[in-house]
Amino acid sequence: MSNFMPGQPLVAVVQRIEIKKLRQGENLILGFSIGGGIDQDPGQNPFSDDKADKGIYVTRITPGGPADAANLRMGDKIMQVNGYDMTMMTHDQARKRLTQKKEDVVRLLVTRKSLEEAVKTSMGGCYPRQ
Amino acid sequence: MDNESQYSGYSYKSSHSRSSRKHRDRRDRHRSKSRDGSSRGDKSVTIQTPGEPLLDAESTRGDERDDNWGETTTVVTGTSEHSISNEDLTRITKDLEESTPLECKRFVGPALGGCLSFFALLTPLAFLILPQVLWRDALDPCGTPCEGLYVSLAFKLLVLLISSWALFLRPPRATLPRFFVFRCLLMVLVFLFVASYWLFYGVRVLEPRERDYRGIVEYAASLVDALLFIQYLALVLLEVRHLQPAFCLKVVRSTDGASKFYNVGHLSIQRAAVWVLDRYYSDFSVFNPALLNLPKSILSKKMTGFKVYSLDESTTNNSSGQSRAMIAAAARRRDNSHNEFYYEEAEMDRRVRKRKARLVVAVEEAFTHIKRFHEDEAASYLKLPREVMDPREAAQAIFAPMARAMQKYLRTTRQQAFHSMESILTHLQFCITHNMTPKAFLERYLSPGPTVQYQQQNGRGRQWTLVSEEPVTSALRQGLIFSLRRLDFSLVVTVMPLPFLRLGEEFIDPKSHKFVMRLQSETSV
Repeated sequence: MSNFMPGQPLVAVVQRIEIKKLRQGENLILGFSIGGGIDQDPGQNPFSDDKADKGIYVTRITPGGPADAANLRMGDKIMQVNGYDMTMMTHDQARKRLTQKKEDVVRLLVTRKSLEEAVKTSMGGCYPRQ
Repeated sequence: MDNESQYSGYSYKSSHSRSSRKHRDRRDRHRSKSRDGSSRGDKSVTIQTPGEPLLDAESTRGDERDDNWGETTTVVTGTSEHSISNEDLTRITKDLEESTPLECKRFVGPALGGCLSFFALLTPLAFLILPQVLWRDALDPCGTPCEGLYVSLAFKLLVLLISSWALFLRPPRATLPRFFVFRCLLMVLVFLFVASYWLFYGVRVLEPRERDYRGIVEYAASLVDALLFIQYLALVLLEVRHLQPAFCLKVVRSTDGASKFYNVGHLSIQRAAVWVLDRYYSDFSVFNPALLNLPKSILSKKMTGFKVYSLDESTTNNSSGQSRAMIAAAARRRDNSHNEFYYEEAEMDRRVRKRKARLVVAVEEAFTHIKRFHEDEAASYLKLPREVMDPREAAQAIFAPMARAMQKYLRTTRQQAFHSMESILTHLQFCITHNMTPKAFLERYLSPGPTVQYQQQNGRGRQWTLVSEEPVTSALRQGLIFSLRRLDFSLVVTVMPLPFLRLGEEFIDPKSHKFVMRLQSETSV
């Protein structure tokens, strides 16, 4: 999660995660909780490195749920959901994006710190980093 | 040595005492030593029994013991055995030095100033009167302008008189080691002024018998104006200049580290010393020589480290290295004197609190024995056989039940030298007269008050020595250190400048105070 400069393009190492929604009664659930958003207080986020980061983070994963099965981890920052950008979203907008009734599957692009470390070590020193 | 032998005779162990027997041993040994060294007042009966220190430790046993003035109310018995201790000696020498004949040096300065100002005030009147007396017929008559001048002269003289009385005719607070520069300057100025006016008067008026009386009156009026301005100068130099704070003085007492900070203005060292001493008498708690160092029982432990002697004459490298290692090991050996100190302090605190509790209860109870008698109640009472007492008798009547508790408390807090039985009775009488509660009565004993509370009122004054590396008439500046010494302690004063303040301004619109809630929500999807 590189430092975010407003107006500048953001470079991050992301992982594609596909979660199939599970039907529970009337609702389709994904099995995780989100926190954060541009209308929220970023200082309270325990998962972010930069305490000014107002992105959407995964705060909890229901064990045995669809997100857990798809390898989503707690502390992941969600960058895209089904092609829609999530880095500049309010909390409610993010929730709506994830809980569309018409979609069965959500394809997330998430980033986490261990990804960057892994890429850096695997590629040696020639990783173009901002 | 005596203590150990006498202690072995008592194998009494109390279940009340929480500390271990080992600590009680050390405590008692120390306490009996200090008890021998303590002094009693002149009028008290002191019976120093060898068993006293041990029994004092036990709360239950102490009640039945016969103590000195606690039990014997107001009757003073003839036998008194008391020992002169070091404190007594210093006190006696202090009294001796203070009872020297009245120092006339104290009054020379003010007397001189008084004479000079008296002379200066009479001069204008002399200027006016002398021509009238000597050559009245030859003077030109002087009409309305002269009368105006007379009136203004009279009022100015009156103002001079009143302000001189208000400002300068005050009893001097201190005698300074060197001349008070400003005061000397002003006296010289006044003297020169008046002398030069007299000179001109003598040459221009008396000699040729000047006939223009109005000129003479104007001359006198100008002298009075000049005197008023000199008084203004005196006011500014002596009273006003040092009011604006410029330095911060840190005053530390050398014996127990009691310290205070004061803000003063621009003063010379000697004036600053007087200023500090004025504050010392009312701000600093009284110096109690009994409360000084760690008890010797704790410190002496440190001294007995083991000494290494090498009996072997041959000084090879190995042996010297070995002895050095042994010395280093001795130095690093765990020394438990801080442990002793901690327990001793805790025990002392506990004892003081216990005695204080008993004292408070005893005093409260004693105060319930009397109440104020109102004259109008006399009529409603049916001849009850109560005697009506004046405050002194009432104080003596209720003093007996609280006396022992008071004495024990004073002994524990080592204040017994400051309060004699007579002074306690006087204070009790004072409190009863003014309807004070027991707590108000005890305020004087529960915490050590400022030194001025314990002063005897004699006119001799206190001798202090100003010790300074700079001449004492020089002004205060940063980094100056001087000390004020008395017989057994001294006050060390350090001068620090007050920082220059750069004050800025920021305007806040009252409408600009707005707030929002901090949101942190977590939604499960």
